[in-house]
Amino acid sequence: MPIEILMPALSPTMTEGKLAKWTKSEGDSVQAGDVIAEIETDKATMEVEAVDDGVIGKINVPAGTENVVVNTLIAVLLEEGESADDIANMKASSSPTPTAVEAPAQNDAPVAQATTSQSEGADIDNRDILYAQGKVIQPPKFDEESFWKNTEETTVREALRKAMSEEMRDDESIYVMGEEVAEYNGPYKVTQGMLDEFGDKRVIDTPITEHGFAGLAVGSAFTGCKPIVEFMTMNFAMQAIDHLINSAAKTLYMAGGQLGCQIVFRGPNGAAARVGAQHSQCYAAWYSHIPGLKVVSPWSAADAYGLMKAAIRDPNPVVFLENELMYGQTFECPTDPEYVVPLGRAKIERAGTDVTITAFSLMVGKAMQAAEILAEQGINAEVVNLRTIRPLDRHTILESVKKTNRIVACEEGFPQNGVGAEIAALIGEHAFDYLDAPLERVHAKDVPLPYAANLEQLALPQVDDIVNAAKRACYKD
Amino acid sequence: MAAKKKVTNKHNQQPTVDEMKKLYHEMVLIRRFEEKAGQLYGMGLIGGFCHLYIGQEAVVTGIQSQQEPQDTVITTYRDHAHMLACDMDPKGIMAELTGREGGYSRGKGGSMHMFSAEKNFFGGHGIVGASTALGTGLAFSHKYKGDDGVCVAYSGDGAVNQGQVAECMNMASLWKLPVLYVIENNQYAMGTSTKRHAAGELYKRGEAFNIPGEQVDGQDVFVVQEAARRALDHVRSGKGPYVLEFMTYRYRGHSMSDPATYRPKEEVEDYKKSKDPITRLKGVMFENGVTEDDLKVIDKEIKAIVKETEEFSKTSPEPAPEELWTDVLVEVK
Repeated sequence: MPIEILMPALSPTMTEGKLAKWTKSEGDSVQAGDVIAEIETDKATMEVEAVDDGVIGKINVPAGTENVVVNTLIAVLLEEGESADDIANMKASSSPTPTAVEAPAQNDAPVAQATTSQSEGADIDNRDILYAQGKVIQPPKFDEESFWKNTEETTVREALRKAMSEEMRDDESIYVMGEEVAEYNGPYKVTQGMLDEFGDKRVIDTPITEHGFAGLAVGSAFTGCKPIVEFMTMNFAMQAIDHLINSAAKTLYMAGGQLGCQIVFRGPNGAAARVGAQHSQCYAAWYSHIPGLKVVSPWSAADAYGLMKAAIRDPNPVVFLENELMYGQTFECPTDPEYVVPLGRAKIERAGTDVTITAFSLMVGKAMQAAEILAEQGINAEVVNLRTIRPLDRHTILESVKKTNRIVACEEGFPQNGVGAEIAALIGEHAFDYLDAPLERVHAKDVPLPYAANLEQLALPQVDDIVNAAKRACYKD
Repeated sequence: MAAKKKVTNKHNQQPTVDEMKKLYHEMVLIRRFEEKAGQLYGMGLIGGFCHLYIGQEAVVTGIQSQQEPQDTVITTYRDHAHMLACDMDPKGIMAELTGREGGYSRGKGGSMHMFSAEKNFFGGHGIVGASTALGTGLAFSHKYKGDDGVCVAYSGDGAVNQGQVAECMNMASLWKLPVLYVIENNQYAMGTSTKRHAAGELYKRGEAFNIPGEQVDGQDVFVVQEAARRALDHVRSGKGPYVLEFMTYRYRGHSMSDPATYRPKEEVEDYKKSKDPITRLKGVMFENGVTEDDLKVIDKEIKAIVKETEEFSKTSPEPAPEELWTDVLVEVK
């Protein structure tokens, strides 16, 4: 089967570009890594390299064509033994459809793209048993692109609220509980207006009593209530962590499957801006250590919307780690109310060939910015938005690393036993022979977060840290 | 096991002989079950922690007799008696203690972690204080659904010092949740006596939250019934939570490995001789014309139940190795 060469997205914001020049002609032999074309993006002229060996069978888009949409078929590569006849036999259905084109974001947030070039996923029986065993399995199936035909500009805050409200309209057993969620309209306005719509039976202000209301909510879930518990920040959930772990995560197992706990614990996680050590920690590694929990961490509005819906519908306890700095950021977000992103499936936000960058939450945006800078320096990074921390989409990470042979694992948490450490173990166990450079981790410095602006900047992982790590991984530092 | 019927004395009437016999049946079953558990522990058939209820039988038996079918129950790790009182199958409980497939949690919970959604029993919790918070949540759910149910949330005297107990009493009173907080004060929080671990009276722990509380003799099942009836009526009528502190005593140590050297032998003997709940019940029954022979019939029934229970707990196979991986998560369809 001839290999399709598609119009690549060469920057996080690129949706189309000019095919400036072909450096190879039909009939020319190419090897992986050869430059075959030049493409002008809105920012720069970029070289396109062949990914596979073969002969250029057909050039579908002539040089000089403007406004070529990303993912358009631009050429066909013939493998050994193939001829032009094979091109004619290519199924019409295999032609790629251009992806949904989005308007650029109105602020500096990188655009969440519909484009994915990852495995379709698979329907797998006993998926959760396999997850429990740490097996590498294909993520759940999800046709991401099909949802991006109709989108609207949405802030992360609005996306969360919309997801919760829509689910609450459909299911009376869902209620929201937390500090200031009702009359104050939410400490970060995530639940704004929900008291008015759903009333004080279902949108409930609690005293400042995290341990108590977390336990109360778990108890109510034992008999069929579906609580969404907001922590004003996940830092305060440390008061309540016994109930998240001992009561919510373990009961299903201890009860031999008789009763579980359908509950979402959500709230801002990680650092905000100069709020000091006690309000700034990332808990992704803590919760993702625990069997019986699912841990989700969205980046974009689409993530927030689709993952929140999945979290609420999931019959298991889900810890949903948001980020205060993301609440006000605007993204395109699918409008389909059935955009329910399966937990356990990562998203390739930016396809690339040279180095894999994994990230979640706020760090995805930083990774996208880093990828753009790297692209200008000739390094084509692939950004994997983990979306779910547990169950981790091991398959997508490994497939990416097998392609790029290099990886930078980013997070805002501390390094020891962190998400990056887990990914390092994954790579060590399953992709050791694929690595062309040591794994790089980007994370917070191993100190309590300082208050002083300059020290905070130094302590938190920055775009430059990702750029530098990727360059080290590519031996281009 | 013969089907067990609820004691119906809910109207403050003098209990009938039949009702007394049912109470006797339940309390003796608890005692014989626990003695058997202690024996099987000694034989190495039960491992880990095992907390026996011997001496406290009147408390759970009296309260349960006053509940309605929709009510829910939750307790700590000293939970075998509560499960028997909830009409759970003794075979399933003992097989869980021996870690077998036939146990309520198929061997994955153990003595401290058993549940029966069918019988409205929600554990079986190993963290001191947790049952109070979770029980407040069960009560929240009763109110949310409007099912007229009450949650009876048990804890020991040690738990009242946990912060979450105060946190939940506050919310339960604020929101008028239908929860009866039962403090089983057996006078020792593990090895530390109540005098040494708790300032003030335990039944007053809800006072600051406007929750009424009473201290009640937990060794007299009729007194327990009366207090439970009063408290449950209050809670069910929508007036919010209620605290009942039952003064009781455990004859055994905190758990099987506890020699209980922190209390004088005479104290234990005094309870066994003059304050034993089963002996007291028998006394009232004899006064009401019940004979030794009548009780022997019940004793014989219980002996048969416990024998069958023991057999089952020994012969039920260990869980299959595949069980290791199941019930970690509910499979998403």
